[in-house]
Amino acid sequence: MRRKTLLSFWKLFRADALRYLREPIATFFSLLFAPMLLVLFGSIYGNQPTPLFQGRGTVDVSIPAYLGLVVASVALLSLPIGVASLREKGVLRRFRLTPLRPLTYFLADTLVYLLITILGGILLVSTGLAFFGVHLPSSLGSVFLGLLLGTSAFLALGYVLVGLVRTARTAQVVGMVVTYPLIFLSGAGIPLEIFPHGMQQFARFLPLNWLVTLVKGLWLGDSWGAHWLEVLLLVSLLAVCTILAVILFRWE
Amino acid sequence: MEGLRKEYPGVLAVEGVTFQVHQGEIFGLVGPNGAGKTTTMECIIGLRRPTAGTIRLLGYDPQRESLALRTRTGVQLQDSALPDRLRVREICDLFASFYPTPLNWHDLLAEMELDAKEKAFYSSLSGGQKQRLLIALALLPDPEVVFFDELTTGLDPQARRAMWDWLRKIRQRGKTVFLTTHFMEEAERLCDRVAILDGGRLIALDTPERLVEGLGAESCLSFEVDPSSLDPSQLDGLPGASRLEREGEQVRVFGQGETWVGEVVNALVTRRIRFRNLRTEQPTLEDVFLALTGRAMRE
Repeated sequence: MRRKTLLSFWKLFRADALRYLREPIATFFSLLFAPMLLVLFGSIYGNQPTPLFQGRGTVDVSIPAYLGLVVASVALLSLPIGVASLREKGVLRRFRLTPLRPLTYFLADTLVYLLITILGGILLVSTGLAFFGVHLPSSLGSVFLGLLLGTSAFLALGYVLVGLVRTARTAQVVGMVVTYPLIFLSGAGIPLEIFPHGMQQFARFLPLNWLVTLVKGLWLGDSWGAHWLEVLLLVSLLAVCTILAVILFRWE
Repeated sequence: MEGLRKEYPGVLAVEGVTFQVHQGEIFGLVGPNGAGKTTTMECIIGLRRPTAGTIRLLGYDPQRESLALRTRTGVQLQDSALPDRLRVREICDLFASFYPTPLNWHDLLAEMELDAKEKAFYSSLSGGQKQRLLIALALLPDPEVVFFDELTTGLDPQARRAMWDWLRKIRQRGKTVFLTTHFMEEAERLCDRVAILDGGRLIALDTPERLVEGLGAESCLSFEVDPSSLDPSQLDGLPGASRLEREGEQVRVFGQGETWVGEVVNALVTRRIRFRNLRTEQPTLEDVFLALTGRAMRE
């Protein structure tokens, strides 16, 4: 039975990934939107070292915010719309009539969106390297781990959204209403440093900024200890959202 | 299943429904839309929790032992679909991985005449092809019982007849088939036994033949004669006929039982009455429903 579960997991993962990659518009948005914005804003600001960012360029310091944009758009838009539309069409209902265990389904689905996020992140950083000569962090591993933690928390939040909305259309609307302010206040596009002080303080309460602050810190060479608060907040978000997602999830 | 009752907030969907399905038969749950057929079926396969009543499927409680049931039952549901952007073979491969001992899906697709469509996207299949794929998936676990919900709704008459042949083949392999339909003709032609539901209540349960016989309704034999060459008295006292109506060249003879039609035709031949357009009209399940509810099935 265990071997069978593993087989189901891989087949589901493969089917899910194929289904996603064959939706050109969704794939375009989650993979190419952030690099395009980076090129656009990067060519406006340039990447000259400025005193405002302690001698770093604007693109250098905003890369973590753009990574946040990738995470948020996959987790809060692609995932809820994708899962809600499968549920709406009765695909999940069909799965429910087989011996497939719900956990196997969640894990395979989550892995697909996790990999899409990572792929989007690699594309983004490559764009930064190619166009603006972005400085890579000294510890890529730390940045990757920080991003992994943040992405997991946001994917769980995405599953909470799936449980709250009824249709794919509402998932899209709710996803956009939640995602765009988060992205706007995360420092992607417009660096947070030039926002008014009050706005900056408010932004500290937004979950996407926990992720961006952590990744930015790790990118610029901070230790994990310097960001224990963001780590704690993201771990709590992951735990709370996982529980909520399990409670709220409906097959149909 | 005994005393099934299912309430939705504010609505009583099914009340006091009791029946038993025998191994190896095609059992039909029949009734107009909204009669509670799908609700009943969804309770049996464990998708919905009954408000009251006991259900056993292959000896299992569908609510508490659903995992064990899932490997021994196959289901096709009315409002279930598959991902549009997956190919037929990818879908089959995926579903095969869910079951401990699945049948070879290449064989199943060939049997359902879908082998040429293995590489096609689900979205590109016709309505009948989608239904056949859903049947193939229902048969994939090599189940003991197969459930079909409104299988032929939306199919043209020819595809519907083809679908009946598939279901008979499934029965031949020793499977029990449970289906819901609102086509009385389908139930009559296909099912070994039918349960008729109306307004959430079971109003009849038997073989289609016995239900129709139980009506005690007369069947009708109609034909045309040439009035100019016919002496009306020749039609008097036809054996087996209970009454006769004549309007110009159109003659309608009524009678009951199985043998009377032959007797009447024999008599027509011996009396040298020349007739054209000989037709019989039998009472149907539709008439059974009408007699039981005072309403026609399709209103």
